[in-house]
Amino acid sequence: MISEDDVKYVAGLSRIYLQDHEVGSLQKDLEKIIGYVEKLQKLDVTDIEPTSHALPLTNVFRDDEIKPSLDRTETMKIAVDQRDGAFKVPKVIE
Amino acid sequence: MNLNELTAHELIDQISSSQISPQDVHKSVRDQIDAVDSKVKAYLRLNDNPQNYDAASPYPIPIAIKDNMCMQGIETTCASKILQGFKSPYDATVIRKLKDSGAILVGNTNMDEFAFGSSTENSAFGPTRNPWNLDCVPGGSSGGSAAAVAANEAIWSIGSDTGGSIRQPAAFCGVVGLKPTYGRVSRYGLIAFASSLDQIGPFTKDVRDSAMLLNIIAGYDPMDSTSADVPVPDYTKALTQDVSGLKIGIPKEYFIDGLDAEVKAAIDESIKVLKDCGAEFVEISLPHTEYAVATYYIVATAEASSNLARFDGVQYGLRSFPEKVRKSSLIDMYEESRDQGFGPESKRRIMLGTYSLSSGYYDAYYLRGLKVRTLIKNDFEKAFESVDAILTPTSPTTAFKVGERSDDPLSMYLSDIFTISANLAGIPAMSMPCGFSQDGLPIGLQLLTKAFDEEMLFRIAHTYEQNTEWHKRRTKFN
Amino acid sequence: MTTTQTQFETVIGLEVHVQLSTHTKMFCSCQNIFGEDPNTQVCPVCLGLPGSLPVVNKKALEFAIRIGCALGCKINSFVKFDRKNYYYPDCPKNYQISQFDKPICYEGAIDIPTEDGTHKTIGITRAHLEEDAGKLVHADDCSLVDYNRTGTPLLEIVSEPDMRSPQEAYDYLQKLKLILSYLDVSDCDMEKGSLRCDANVSIREMGATEFGTKTELKNMNSFKAVRTALEYEINRQHKVVLSGDKVIQETLLWDENKMMTVSMRSKEAAHDYRYFPEPDLVPFTVEQSTIDEVKHHLPELPEPKLNRFIDEYKLSEYDATIIIQERCKANFFEDCLKIYPDGKKVSNWLNGAVLQEMNARKSEITDINLTPERLVELIKKVDDDTISNLVAKDVLGMMLDSGKSSAEIIDEKGLAQVSDDGALDALIDELVNEHQNIVEQIKAGKDSAVGFLVGQAMKKSQGKANPKKVGELIKRRLLDG
Repeated sequence: MISEDDVKYVAGLSRIYLQDHEVGSLQKDLEKIIGYVEKLQKLDVTDIEPTSHALPLTNVFRDDEIKPSLDRTETMKIAVDQRDGAFKVPKVIE
Repeated sequence: MNLNELTAHELIDQISSSQISPQDVHKSVRDQIDAVDSKVKAYLRLNDNPQNYDAASPYPIPIAIKDNMCMQGIETTCASKILQGFKSPYDATVIRKLKDSGAILVGNTNMDEFAFGSSTENSAFGPTRNPWNLDCVPGGSSGGSAAAVAANEAIWSIGSDTGGSIRQPAAFCGVVGLKPTYGRVSRYGLIAFASSLDQIGPFTKDVRDSAMLLNIIAGYDPMDSTSADVPVPDYTKALTQDVSGLKIGIPKEYFIDGLDAEVKAAIDESIKVLKDCGAEFVEISLPHTEYAVATYYIVATAEASSNLARFDGVQYGLRSFPEKVRKSSLIDMYEESRDQGFGPESKRRIMLGTYSLSSGYYDAYYLRGLKVRTLIKNDFEKAFESVDAILTPTSPTTAFKVGERSDDPLSMYLSDIFTISANLAGIPAMSMPCGFSQDGLPIGLQLLTKAFDEEMLFRIAHTYEQNTEWHKRRTKFN
Repeated sequence: MTTTQTQFETVIGLEVHVQLSTHTKMFCSCQNIFGEDPNTQVCPVCLGLPGSLPVVNKKALEFAIRIGCALGCKINSFVKFDRKNYYYPDCPKNYQISQFDKPICYEGAIDIPTEDGTHKTIGITRAHLEEDAGKLVHADDCSLVDYNRTGTPLLEIVSEPDMRSPQEAYDYLQKLKLILSYLDVSDCDMEKGSLRCDANVSIREMGATEFGTKTELKNMNSFKAVRTALEYEINRQHKVVLSGDKVIQETLLWDENKMMTVSMRSKEAAHDYRYFPEPDLVPFTVEQSTIDEVKHHLPELPEPKLNRFIDEYKLSEYDATIIIQERCKANFFEDCLKIYPDGKKVSNWLNGAVLQEMNARKSEITDINLTPERLVELIKKVDDDTISNLVAKDVLGMMLDSGKSSAEIIDEKGLAQVSDDGALDALIDELVNEHQNIVEQIKAGKDSAVGFLVGQAMKKSQGKANPKKVGELIKRRLLDG
C-alpha cells in the first residue's frame, strides 16, 4: 500500500510542494485509487504484448529540410522573465 | 427559430442563397452569449477579432473552441492557473483548418483543468452549468463546448476526448459528440493530457453537422507523427438512412447494476427504432470491460504526469516563489509554481502517474496497464469480426448535480465507464441524443465502430436521427 | 597497510555524446547551427511549447545507422523512442526524448593500439539517439536559458568498462573520433561541444571479478582533459581506499583550472527517470536491406585504408598512420597517386613541408590553396632538376600565399636551377681559389670534402646552382684532370 513517505517521494519527483496536511489527504486518495487499480493484478498477462499506441503505425519520418524558426520577438513574448533575448531563471547552482 | 438555434447545414443554405449573412449568425450567437452565459458559463473568453466574415467561404459558421487548443496570439489556459497569460505563438492544426474553411472562432470554452474530470467542476475558473438544468453539471471535460452548443451560444464547437470527454458531456447536454479514430484528426496544438488517447472531435446539434465538421478537421498532418495517412472520405455521403442488413452488437457487460433505469429504457427504445429500420441486433461480449477504468487511469495519468512536467514557471505561464527559501531558488520556483498553479485533481493525477512510472512500480502498474490495454483492444477487434457497430449507453446516468461527486474522485472516474474503452482501443465513437429523463435531462446513446469507419457511425446515427425527434429539442432559458 | 597502488586495477567506461551534423534538429525543422544569437533557432517543438509534437528527422536515423555500422554494431530491427523524465531549465519539456530498451545500435567494438604493437578490443555496449538540451549561462544574479541547441540530434555511444588506464581511454577517444571523422556525420569538435565525453571510473584489487564503486566524471573539454581527469580521479580513489574509506558513487565535475574533480550532487538520491515509451512518436523498423545499403555506401574506414596504403603504396606504417589521420588528407594523397607513381615521395611531402605549412596556417589540407595536381607539378620540378628540394619548399609557401602554380613562381622569381656548364665553371673557379686546402683534401681522395664545396656553391648561387651538376663538375676537374 502507499505510505506517506511514498507520497512525499512522488511529490518530490513531480516537483509539487505539499503542505503537511495535504500529504495525508493525498495519501488517502491515492491509496483508494491504487486499491481500485489493483484489480488489474487479477489478470494473467503472460505473453501479452503491451500497447503503447492504439494504431499500428510505424516509420513516420520527416525530411531533413530547414524551415524558418520563430521570430525571436514573437518567441520572447511568452517569457515570464527575460534578459538579452534569453529566458531568465533563478540562478542554477551546480 | 432564432438563427443561433439552427444547424450549420440549415444556416449554410440560407447564407448561400443570400437570405442571411455570416455576421447575422455571429450576432445572433453573441446575443445569446450576452443573454445566457452569465448562467451557463460555457466560455472562458470571447474572441473579439474573429476571422473576416466571408459568405463565400465554405463554412462561415460560429464555432467555440475548447480552451486546450492553441490559437496564435490568444490566451490558452486549459482552465488552469498555471497557464494564465500564456498566448501561443502558433495555431493548432485544427484551428488553422477551421480558419481556412472560413469558420468564425467565437471564443474559448471552459473545461476541467487539463481535461482532468467528467463534470467541468475542476476548472480553475469556476464550473460550467448544464443548459437543461443549471443545478446540474454539463459533463466533462469538454463541458463548456457541449454546453455552448446546447445553449445555442455556438452553432458548432470543438472538444477533445481522452476517456469520454466529448461523448459524456454530449450525452449530458443533448447534443451530438464524436470522438474520431485515434489519428484521424491532428493533435498538433492540442495541449496534451494523454498523448496516446487524446483525440479532437466535433460537437453539433445533429449528425449531418457532425459529418460536415469532421470533413473540415480530419486528415493527415505531417506535424503529428501519430496522425494517420488514411484518405478522408466525404462523410456527408455516408448519411444514407439505410441500415438494413447491418449487424449491431449489444455488449452484455455494459448493462450493469449502476445503469439508470431511464437510461436503459431509452436505449431499449433506440434499439427498437433501429430494428424497425432493418438493423439486426446481437448480444456480444467485451470481456475485459471491467478493467477499462483501472487501465485508463494508469495509462492516462502516466502520460499526463510527463506531459504536464513542462509547466514549471521557467518559460511561460505562472511563476511563483515561496515567502521563505525552502530548498534552492530554482527548486522552490518549480515546486511553488506547480503547487499554486495546479488544482487538486491535477495534482492527484500527476502524482498517480508519477507513482506508476516510478522505479519499482513500473512493471506492476504501467506495463501491466499497457498489456491489459492490448486485451481490451483485442476484445473490440474480435467483436468487429461479427458486427458492423456496437451500441451502448454513453453514460450510466443522466447529468448529476453540481458538487454531487466532487469529493470522491473514484466515483467520478467510474462515470466514464462506458466511454473509456474506445480511447484505449483507438476506435471511433459517437454520442447522440436518444431521449430525456422525466426531470428533463438528456440521455445519450453511444455508437462504436472499427478504426477509420466513421462512415458507418454516421450512417447508423443519421438513420436513427431521421426516425426520431430528439435532436430538434432546444434549451430554453427564463 | 601493505596494499600499494600497483595492486589495484583501474576500470573505465566512456559515454560519448556526438552531435550529428544534420541540417535540421532531431524532432523539428529548425536549423541545426552553432553560434547564433540566443533563441533565434527555435520553434514551438524545440521550445517544448504546449501542444507541440516531435517528428523524427530521417537523416539523423541514417547517420546513427551509419555510425553503428562503422563501429561494428548490430542494428535493432525494431526501434522506439522513450521519455526520460527529469527537471532542469535547459530541458524545456522536463523530459528528454531518448531511447531506453531498444537503442538503434548495440554490441559493437573498436580496436585501440597497445604498447607491444598489437591491438586491444574495446566493446561498445550501445549507441542511442536522443535530443540535446539547451544552454545555461550563469550570470551573477540569475541564469539565462538559450534553447538554440535544444533538439540537436545526439548519438550517445556507451562503451563497455573495458579500458584499464587513462591512456587506453585516450586512445579509444582518438580512434572513435577518427572513425567518426570518416563518416561525414559530425564536426567532432570538442571545443564547440559537438563531441562530449563523460567517464565512469572505478578501481578494484588485482584479480577481483566484482567491479568497485564507480564515480562519473563530467565537464572535460578535451581528450587530454579526459586523460588528466581520470589520472587525478584514480589517484584520489586509491587514496580513499588506502586510507580505509569507501569510494562513494557520485558525479564529479572536472575543474580544468584547479586540475581537480569536484563533487556535484553527492547528496541527491539516485535518479528515477521514469522512462516510458514516447507516445508522440511511433516505433520504426530497420530492414536488413537498409543496413546492407548503408554498409555498401560506407567510405573505406581508417584501419583498412592504413593497411592498403602500406600494402599498395609501400608506405611505412608511420607515414601511412599520419596520412590517414584525416580523411581529406588520405584522399589528397590518393589523388596525387593517380597522376604520380611514387607514394613515398608524396607522403614525404605531405607529412613534411605540406604539414608544416598547414600547421603554420592552422588549416586543413582542403583550405590551403593546394590541389593534388599542383603538388605533383612541384614534385616533378624537383625530379627534373628545375629546382632543388630546398627551393621547392620555398616555392610551396609562395604557391599557397599567392595561389599561383609552381611554374609561374619559378618563372617570375627566376628560381630555376643553373645547370649550364659555363656558368657553373666560373663558380667553381672561385671556389677552388678560395678553398685550396679543401681542394687538396679532395685530391688526396677525401670524397666527403666534395660536399663542402657543393654547399658553398649553393650558398654563393643562393640555392640556384644544381648541386648534382656542381658535384660532377668538381670531381671531373679535380680528379680526372
